[in-house]
Amino acid sequence: MSDAMGGANAATIATTAPAVNEQHLPRVQRRRHFKSVVANAMITLFAGFAILPLILVFSYIARAGLPALNLDFFYKLPAPAGELGGGMANAITGSILMVVLSGVMAIPPGLLCGLYVAEFPHQKLARVLRFVIDLMTGVPSIVIGLFAYAVLVVPMGGFNAWAGSAALAIIMLPIVSRTTEEILRLIPAQLREAGLALGLPRWKVLLRLIMRAGRSAIATGVFLAIARASGETAPLLFTSFNNQYWTRSLSEPVASLPVQIYTYAISPYEEWHRLAWAGSLVLVSVVFAINLLSRLLLKRGAK
Amino acid sequence: MRSDDVFNLTLRALAVTVIAGFLALTWFLWKSAMPALEATGAAFAWRTEWDPVLGDFGALPFLWGTLVSSLLALMLSAPVSIGAALFLTDIAPRGIRAPIAFLIEMLAAIPSVVYGIWGIFVLAPFVREYVHPLLNGNLGFLPLFDGPPFGLGMLTAAMVLAVMITPTITAVCREVFRSVPDPLREAATGLGATRWEMIRLAVIKTSISGIFGAMILGLGRALGETMAVTMVIGNRPDISISLFKPAATMASVIANEYAEAQGDAHLSALAAIGLVLLLVSSLVNIGARWIIKRTESKTHV
Repeated sequence: MSDAMGGANAATIATTAPAVNEQHLPRVQRRRHFKSVVANAMITLFAGFAILPLILVFSYIARAGLPALNLDFFYKLPAPAGELGGGMANAITGSILMVVLSGVMAIPPGLLCGLYVAEFPHQKLARVLRFVIDLMTGVPSIVIGLFAYAVLVVPMGGFNAWAGSAALAIIMLPIVSRTTEEILRLIPAQLREAGLALGLPRWKVLLRLIMRAGRSAIATGVFLAIARASGETAPLLFTSFNNQYWTRSLSEPVASLPVQIYTYAISPYEEWHRLAWAGSLVLVSVVFAINLLSRLLLKRGAK
Repeated sequence: MRSDDVFNLTLRALAVTVIAGFLALTWFLWKSAMPALEATGAAFAWRTEWDPVLGDFGALPFLWGTLVSSLLALMLSAPVSIGAALFLTDIAPRGIRAPIAFLIEMLAAIPSVVYGIWGIFVLAPFVREYVHPLLNGNLGFLPLFDGPPFGLGMLTAAMVLAVMITPTITAVCREVFRSVPDPLREAATGLGATRWEMIRLAVIKTSISGIFGAMILGLGRALGETMAVTMVIGNRPDISISLFKPAATMASVIANEYAEAQGDAHLSALAAIGLVLLLVSSLVNIGARWIIKRTESKTHV
């Protein structure tokens, strides 16, 4: 609010100063003014550079993906190399399966971790947990894949859906926890005090009052974590691997949309490139839709 | 009281599980990496040969590739990100600030593999057709721009990375610039500073270490980025100063070779690279957070 005022003040000064007949200003003044105009233009140009890639990437995906997208894409299995047609039905269902499974594994503990860190900051364990969760957000997703491979692929004797889901869950948990923590810190202490004063046990105050008060913002964090997991590829490469057919069991390799896009994109076949673009369009649309939806939710919750 | 004890105990148990899980991650990586580290010793970090068939493993080409591609990406992205953040806090008309910030945030939402496919089919041909002739044709005598017109290589990877870390750096810089107290801005303007002088003296000068922290955080992002880089860097374990030659990073070699690794020694060597990657990116992230936290508590007067 007030930083905008600072900006507005600056604007008035910057635009009114040169209105004084420029011819009569000393050279230094004119140079300062010129420098400011150039710098402003540069900053605006850089802001343009920052959003340019979004436009470039999105327009190209739409252009290459739309013509390749048809009903087959959603309900057919991949065609063998060299043959035309085919779809990514198994990859789409595989992705949904693994994201749901990882959500079940990561969201409840993520919420509770965020709650613990936000509500018990005086406990040493909570501070350690906060540090570990900060660390976890910085762990490259491929390293998480290596861990899931060692813990779930090697003992189970092969690539499987559990390992992929677990890897995605490890990526989601810190995101859910951190947004929950940030939201809960914003909730006024009076609400806690009111609840406790009514004689409610603390757990009821936290779960029924505090979590509920922040639920729409917390849901945003959960949605963002789901969006992130839906697009992750690296940790799936050697955990859930890939599968050209339907998956019948969670202990089998399972296809996923991002891995299928990767496999097709680096293949030498035109037809597969076409499908990879269609897959990218679907993936980006889903991720953007989740993002937009969660933001709308946040806006409605804020009212 | 009873139910509260149970609740607190549950939370503590969960916290211990998560912390133990993270320690287990490090430990399992260490255990998988052990055979390779024992076989080559510390030399693993500076040997330059990487030949899975002969069982010859050295990590230096990947350390080099990760470091160069990330730093290059940071060089490309930092001015743009800082400029975009300044635009959002001090220059843009108030009405368009939120929409533009939203668009920049959406850049972070695009999955890495989608940047990868765009990199292969759009950016790489662009580098091959336009950037390579321009730089190699005019400055090809410099070793930096000497190299084949593949399109896939270090520069393309750095360009994709730069796009991917821009939202991170912009978001953190924006927070830092916002936390500069307005009286500073007002004082500068009141003394007759032009808008640029106000930005330079009141905003940038007070946020220098915050900007630095944002850049380090962006660097951390770039170090661990996998898919997009794997798809455009060319994946050759060579050390070269040339921006146009194919290279490989720590993350890209794991992504590329792990699923089809030839035997235990190869798997272990890749895990050792993963361990190094984990250590480096954790250190960089801790450092960045520490710097940012320190500046934020300093500017909140």
